[in-house]
Amino acid sequence: MPQPQDYQTLLPVIVLAVWACALLLLDSFLIQRKGLTACLAAAGLAITLGLTLSQIGRSSSGFSGMVVLDGFSTFINALQLVSGLLGVALAYAYVKRMGIERGEYYTLLLFSVVGMMLMAQATDLIVVFIALEMLSIPLYVLAAFNRTQAASEEAGLKYFLLGAFSTGFLVYGITLVYGATASTNLSAIFAAASSTSNLLLTIGAALILVGFGFKVAVVPFHMWTPDVYQGAPTAVTGFMSSGAKIAGFAALLRVFATAFPAIAADMTDILWALAAVTMILGNLVAISQTDIKRMLAYSSIAHAGYILMAFVPYGNPAVAPVSIAAGLFYLAAYVITNFGAWGVVIALEQPDGKGLQISDYSGLFWRKRGLAVAMTVFMLSLIGFPPTIGMVGKFYLFRAIIDGGFTGLAIIGVIASLVSAFYYLRVVVNMFMREGEQKIEREFWLDLTWGAAAFLTVAISLAPGWLFYLASAAGLR
Amino acid sequence: MNIDFILFLVLALAAIATALGMLLSRNAVYSALFLVLNFAVVAVFYLLLGAPFIAMAQVTVYAGAIMVLFLFVIMLLGADELAPGKALPWQRPLAATLAVVLVIEAAYLLLARGAPSGLVTPPTEYTNSTESLREMALALFGQYLLPFEITSILLLVAMVGAIVLAKQEKGGRR
Amino acid sequence: MLLEYLAIALLLVVSTLVGLIAIGLGELFGPKIKSKVKDEPYESGMPVIGAGTRRMPVRFYLIAVLFILFDIEVVFFLPWAVAFRQLGLFGMFEMVVFIVILLVGYAYAWKKGALEWE
Repeated sequence: MPQPQDYQTLLPVIVLAVWACALLLLDSFLIQRKGLTACLAAAGLAITLGLTLSQIGRSSSGFSGMVVLDGFSTFINALQLVSGLLGVALAYAYVKRMGIERGEYYTLLLFSVVGMMLMAQATDLIVVFIALEMLSIPLYVLAAFNRTQAASEEAGLKYFLLGAFSTGFLVYGITLVYGATASTNLSAIFAAASSTSNLLLTIGAALILVGFGFKVAVVPFHMWTPDVYQGAPTAVTGFMSSGAKIAGFAALLRVFATAFPAIAADMTDILWALAAVTMILGNLVAISQTDIKRMLAYSSIAHAGYILMAFVPYGNPAVAPVSIAAGLFYLAAYVITNFGAWGVVIALEQPDGKGLQISDYSGLFWRKRGLAVAMTVFMLSLIGFPPTIGMVGKFYLFRAIIDGGFTGLAIIGVIASLVSAFYYLRVVVNMFMREGEQKIEREFWLDLTWGAAAFLTVAISLAPGWLFYLASAAGLR
Repeated sequence: MNIDFILFLVLALAAIATALGMLLSRNAVYSALFLVLNFAVVAVFYLLLGAPFIAMAQVTVYAGAIMVLFLFVIMLLGADELAPGKALPWQRPLAATLAVVLVIEAAYLLLARGAPSGLVTPPTEYTNSTESLREMALALFGQYLLPFEITSILLLVAMVGAIVLAKQEKGGRR
Repeated sequence: MLLEYLAIALLLVVSTLVGLIAIGLGELFGPKIKSKVKDEPYESGMPVIGAGTRRMPVRFYLIAVLFILFDIEVVFFLPWAVAFRQLGLFGMFEMVVFIVILLVGYAYAWKKGALEWE
């Protein structure tokens, strides 16, 4: 029978889940104006964020070792809740404009965040699996939320089919790991792994890696990403590209660092290759894109590669803490920049689906300076150009990787970043140097989102120490 | 040779026959019905292995509910009337390769790990299935309490998702 | 342990036999004069139009999905019922939480008219 400590460990998740259930009922029985549903969803996320922040420094485990609360989970959960809040802010006016305003949008978003938070706290592969489903199913539905558009339906179906396929890999991997170690608990797997033959365990771990690789869009498991990101409603894409990535990387890190240090030698090579291929391919294919949503999709693939770099030395206790802290910092930087960029895309998107070509950004600076400057900041941050948070993130990341002895990988990363400058700067050039006309949507929460994101992108880069300190303190229990 | 082994042989033949029937039927509805039979046979396998709960779940959820959904989808798409299309060019080699991999893997598990490593213990012999179910229930509602409760939220989310996607809003466009 | 299921096995065998006997007797003693009209499916005397199978409307799909979800819920009841006494009051509480969460879904489905057949 669970003790108070068990509930304490999982308190924010429980509160948000209850809130989401209540909101589902309130929305279908009482609330007429769906804007109110959005506000209540945001309130739930804010309260949960407060609870999560109140847990800083705490560390406990609960429910027979199924979940854990530690600095790492608190950092990730806070990041998830912020991206949930930004997801609501992006959607608030967008769903009205697109004529897809339904209360379920916000309820599903909340349930997805519940799954993401649970994933960061899970210390048992069964909970990891259920949490992954819980964050994915709402995203499948949200991707197809614009049901009357064939592209959105296709995005939902494609995401669902490939997501289900990848979950199959994950479950099969869990089965093999169980076969090798007779446990699904991460620390019990670690204890058993040293005393058993490792072939089954290695295959199981590799299959689990494939499952997560699909979720975070690592090459060669990225094929769904461009179509889904392009077809899904843009507000959904913005949320999905941050939230699902954070959750996938969080679970990947916890599972590998807690359960699989014994096979780090094999895994490091695989992770090295995946990170290198992802950075190269993501950036190269992004060059030929003309649609801004597709370009950002490939950019998100490339960034999955950068973040994956931080995981390569996970089995080396001398380097791992620093490189993981750099990875967490980079995740936070990516979330802020990414939401800003998607906010700008939403500001230019028209209900008839126009305004999504990169050429549509021509002359934006002469129409609306704030928006163009913000977009410039985001593009520079995605390249890793000063003075932006993306530059600081890349600096920490490359330094940690070189300290870990992976100079070759760092060189590939730098070259990939240089290549990426080509397509990011093309957007900037369009905005400043070309002539063009566009209709821009002005909506308070949307403007606030991209404005705040641009401010933070620059401001944090000037004083990044505290965020890096938080990321370094976010250790695994 | 005991009765369990004879039963297993008969059932194994039945399982292979129904699986072949599923693959070789030209009509998708017949395939689905063969699959129901196959699920039923597999359910008996679970009983042989001393897992009555999984056998029950296999019958109610897979042979019952999921196959109903399969049939609905086949009929929804009208797939049973479609002319058989051309197979993808790389489908056969890929399927053959994967099949070989599967066979090798199964052989490895049988030969190399046929002798138990001691980590995974064979299922306990229970005198009756109620006892075995009770043991499972105590684990499910004790140690695995949290996954159990999250499953209900997962089912709720799936329900909301299905309704959002398949149900038209009152006065909606569809 | 398998002997417990002997009754089910016998039931299966007997019901299969009954079906086979019913068809077999008809085959054995019934007259067999075939003609084109006789081989057609009987449709209240009307001429047959099109194939016997038709595309089903999407609402069947929604009903089927809801059926699956509640079906999975029911699967969890069986072990719970078997171990009800050992689980005690807290076991009762666990199941109440489980059901309440699904009742939220039920209320939602009801309100949205997913259980109606317009």
